[in-house]
Amino acid sequence: MIIHVTDQAGENHELEGLEGWRVMEVIRDWGLNIKAECGGAMSCATCHVYVDKEWLDVVGAPSDEEEDMLDSVGDVRSNSRLCCQILCSDAIDGLKVTLAPSAAKD
Amino acid sequence: MTTEITTDVVVIGAGPCGLFAAFELGLLDLKCHFIDILDRPGGQCAELYPEKPIYDIPGFPVVTGQQLTENLMAQIAPFAPEFHFNRMINTIEKQADGSFKLSTDADEVFHAKVVVIAAGGGSFQPKRPPVDGIEAFENTSVFYSVRKMDDFRGQDVVIVGGGDSALDWTLNLQPIVRSLTLVHRRAVFKAAPASVNKMQELVGEGKINFLTGQIAKLDGENGQINHVHLTTDAGDLSVPATRLLPFFGLTMKLGPVADWGLELNDNTIVVDTEKFETSVPGIFAIGDINYYPGKLKLILSGFHEAALMAQAAKKIVSPDERVVFQYTTSSTKLQKKLGVA
Repeated sequence: MIIHVTDQAGENHELEGLEGWRVMEVIRDWGLNIKAECGGAMSCATCHVYVDKEWLDVVGAPSDEEEDMLDSVGDVRSNSRLCCQILCSDAIDGLKVTLAPSAAKD
Repeated sequence: MTTEITTDVVVIGAGPCGLFAAFELGLLDLKCHFIDILDRPGGQCAELYPEKPIYDIPGFPVVTGQQLTENLMAQIAPFAPEFHFNRMINTIEKQADGSFKLSTDADEVFHAKVVVIAAGGGSFQPKRPPVDGIEAFENTSVFYSVRKMDDFRGQDVVIVGGGDSALDWTLNLQPIVRSLTLVHRRAVFKAAPASVNKMQELVGEGKINFLTGQIAKLDGENGQINHVHLTTDAGDLSVPATRLLPFFGLTMKLGPVADWGLELNDNTIVVDTEKFETSVPGIFAIGDINYYPGKLKLILSGFHEAALMAQAAKKIVSPDERVVFQYTTSSTKLQKKLGVA
């Protein structure tokens, strides 16, 4: 399965996702500019991405806890998600996301 | 007045690896002082995931970050390490006699023969909102905490956020400011319900404004803001402001460590795997902050690193003492130190 990621500099990357991995882990493993400082515990919001509009329904809405964490970044949009909460599966093969400025490493 | 403290070892960071270092150092009779930017022990375990279960601590099928911290605190209690919270080490200088002089941002100077950096992902610092050019206004008109309330007296203040810090300061500053606008991205607040109710009363009385939106841009010159531009559901808005207080929580930054002359590798400190010593003899680095080939950022790796580091630290502090390696299960000497024999 493939995940399309646009980084903060506007560059597109085609990453191979592995079933059961979190999208955050795939992006981090490929060395893109994602801080992901809590490692997937949903305790920060430094894996913040914008989900491509055509994928919003497939990915679904953030949970209440995820919405709470999104309060800690200043660049939330209606398609904001924490990508540690998106699991890789065939259903999201071809997913397109853009890394938010607030996901960048220092 | 500057406080001067002399000790064997200064441990920077009171997360799990730093705490366990006090145990290994304690068994070797080395006295530790901890310095941490947070207000309590535990590091990431306390700040990021106190309630999250951890499944890979040897001997604990499951333990939360908070429980692990409490257990470590109990384990090191016999060695009575001293804790200095809410401060950061700014500088480390090597002295002619090989010892180190460390200065904190709380006007303290520590003198230690050994320094152990156990700072995890760096120091927890306020998150900077992604707004172009905000750095230019920081500490003049943009603040991430309120140190002196007087700095806000008579000012047009914009507070951003929906947690306790944002709400508490909205309520505390309202009586002394000229105007106050609270901005949050939605009308749902994480803050204590009582504070939210109080805030809504003030909005109802017209004493403060509340807007749902996010900061888009700042206007101003010479470090002084004059307008905050917001994107809101109702379109773009510009609010006159002389002070901005964004409250977006904390994030980890390497911070002053980067300036201490240590060899770094992508925001981590390079160490050897025999002693976990940095490129500066006498300064060690353990836990998530260090780097060596094969490094895994696991708490259990930091525990191992702490044990080996302690042996090397002992040789620096007491070069003439012959250290016999002993087990806590069999050594009455160690058991006495632990207060169990």
